[in-house]
Amino acid sequence: MPRLKSATDLERLKQEILARVDGKRIVSITNGTDGKTRHSEAVVQAFIDEVEKQGLADKVIVKSTGCHGFCEKEPSTVIFPEEICYVSLKPEDAPEIVSATLIENKIVDHLLYVDDDGNKIVHESEIPFYKYQSRIVFGNNRLIDPKNIEDYIALGGYTALARALLEMTPEQVLEEVKRANLRGRGGGGFPAGIKWETTRNAPGEIKYVIVNADEGDPGAYMDRSLLEGNPHSVLEGLIIGAYAIGSHQGFIYVRQEYPIAVQNLSVALEEARRYGLLGPDIFGSGFDFDVKVHRGAGAFVSGESSALMTAIEGRVGEPRPKYIRTAVSGIWERPSNLNNVETWATVPLIINKGAEWFTGIGTEGSKGTKIFSLVGKVNNTGLVEVPMGMTLREVIFDIGGGIPGGKKFKGVQTGGPSGGIIPESLLDTPVDFDELTKLGSMMGSGGMIVMDEDTCVVDVARYFLNFLAEESCGKCVPCREGIYQMLKILNRICEGEGREGDVEVLEEISEVVRDFSLCALGATAPNPVLSTIKYFRDEYEAHIKERRCPAGVCKALISYYIEPEKCQACLICLRNCPVGAIIGGKNLIHVIDQEKCTKCGTCFEVCPPRFDAVTRLSGAKVPEPALAGTEVARKRGEKNE
Amino acid sequence: MQMVQELAEVDEIIAKYGGDKSAIIQVLLDIQREHRWLSKGVLKEVSQKLEVPLSQIYHLATFYKAFGLIPKGRHSVLVCLGTACQVRGAPRLLDKVIETLKIRPSETSADMRFSLDTVNCLGCCALGPVLVVDEEYHGKPSTKEIQEITTARE
Repeated sequence: MPRLKSATDLERLKQEILARVDGKRIVSITNGTDGKTRHSEAVVQAFIDEVEKQGLADKVIVKSTGCHGFCEKEPSTVIFPEEICYVSLKPEDAPEIVSATLIENKIVDHLLYVDDDGNKIVHESEIPFYKYQSRIVFGNNRLIDPKNIEDYIALGGYTALARALLEMTPEQVLEEVKRANLRGRGGGGFPAGIKWETTRNAPGEIKYVIVNADEGDPGAYMDRSLLEGNPHSVLEGLIIGAYAIGSHQGFIYVRQEYPIAVQNLSVALEEARRYGLLGPDIFGSGFDFDVKVHRGAGAFVSGESSALMTAIEGRVGEPRPKYIRTAVSGIWERPSNLNNVETWATVPLIINKGAEWFTGIGTEGSKGTKIFSLVGKVNNTGLVEVPMGMTLREVIFDIGGGIPGGKKFKGVQTGGPSGGIIPESLLDTPVDFDELTKLGSMMGSGGMIVMDEDTCVVDVARYFLNFLAEESCGKCVPCREGIYQMLKILNRICEGEGREGDVEVLEEISEVVRDFSLCALGATAPNPVLSTIKYFRDEYEAHIKERRCPAGVCKALISYYIEPEKCQACLICLRNCPVGAIIGGKNLIHVIDQEKCTKCGTCFEVCPPRFDAVTRLSGAKVPEPALAGTEVARKRGEKNE
Repeated sequence: MQMVQELAEVDEIIAKYGGDKSAIIQVLLDIQREHRWLSKGVLKEVSQKLEVPLSQIYHLATFYKAFGLIPKGRHSVLVCLGTACQVRGAPRLLDKVIETLKIRPSETSADMRFSLDTVNCLGCCALGPVLVVDEEYHGKPSTKEIQEITTARE
């Protein structure tokens, strides 16, 4: 394919591609990181082989795509144009799907998604997980092989770039993004248009634009999935932004922990160069632009804008005071505009459909959609794109399908280590930048971690502080020392040595860390602690005053005990105990040696539910055990295992 | 002899980035991937070739988690401690793995068979808690699967 020199070239190519695939069915199979962990590669190959074998090679296109969102059920496939969806696939399923669905137009019943009421659902859009979403940014993942630029072009890709470069002035592009009120999806929520304008107006000839794909929040992976599944959408947004800002060099900072994203991105850049979408004189407009990929070497703090830019220069990625914004003085002290992956991917949509369309979605202050990674104790784990303003309850219960195992919802953690935990009483809060901040949490990049009654919030606060203590670069004192001291107190509380007044000291240190840290890592670090103190103070008190962990998580505060009346001497726990702390034998009631027990919980997990003999105690004394050697009183009909 | 070959590889990697100083993190990442650690000799070579002070390279090598200054074992064992895995019982999984391998996180066994590390999210939260052995993913591994880490490997 020669270089695309004009909008007409692009349109002609699009029509050519569409003519080539016209009338063909598409079998789109998820093959991103999540899928790969469940052997999706083999599933894709099985479909390719089977289509060939059954003589459909010229009628069917098998597409290996990125994640579709519903990670819980991957690898899955969507068959177009009907959008028939089969879930949890194995390579062995390919022959049946090919012969039944692709040849005889029949549905393969047993591979359909089954909802809570036992109904089998044929079409993807009717699955509850997808039904309530609006996948304007993420939905194209289903139709794109990320290694093939033509798939993106077939969907109208790069038309926004052509429009921006050929029909609009940089000022008009900037104005459109400003009017759309596109706010930064990386967590800060700062209006992208205003940031662009600052960089555009900053003095200096050379300017940079940067994609921040250093997605460091544990439990968040929407940026990875977007880069893996639809890299060209991010790239198109970046080129448009560069044009508006007047930049000719871009950088994409992506974590090396995301090898598939790095790989797909590199392929995308090569292809874009080959088609003339990067390089000199794009679309004959006279605008030149190119991009370099920088792999991040693993440091949470390097996701902060000034730190990230220092890392791109080849130095240690530590933040600096931002008296002068990076938009004015960033990489090599030149004006540098940084936006997150999702923000960039939204830009082409705004240019194509207009600011009015975009502002028609969302709430007063937060426009458009947001992708969340819905994980933790929730039935439907996956990536969810919803309009801003949907309530937490709708996201977690309607889309997420609620809590597994009939457990009770306790809280939802948003915003990663910088966010807080929101309790059940506030589940009807609409999700947008401002509402979540009001609750002492934040939108963050979009992690949403659901917690049930078995999650100890004090332990979660400790977990985040531990994470932040390790990730703090140590440059400023409030963050380095403050977080460490808070962690020490939290460790003490979880180990059953909490003291009266600990909660108050935590609150006091939090204030200092929040107000005097250099960058956002420190400034938001107290959020997990303050929000849990605010909404779950009783759990802190239980740990400190009663030496009790209500969720039964903190090891120092729990013990396991085998109820002699229920024990059927089945030997299962005894054999599974990793430290040999269970005394007993055939027909002899099992007893836990509390001295030896490491509280790993194995006995609790393996005790057959019909006996339910192992209990977890917290805050109560372990009852005197049955005498070792007591024979079991076996129920009639119960067999020894 | 081995050192000579290692240094030749390093030179090749540096050449790939056109000897660009600002690409030093990329250079170190590539070396880390090839050699599984950054030896003193290798760092000196990078320092000379890129004309970056050794102290600055040491700063980089100790700041970022991807780099290691001690050799890694033949098999890598990773336990994900991301938030989703954490609430799904990752600490207990880690305890069991420690028990099985008899080494603690960031340690390598004396016979150089295993290195155990933790990671703060692999982004496959639907599988959690996740254990990765030599890039093979195990979601919610059973006690048996954990024991097989050692029994199934040399």
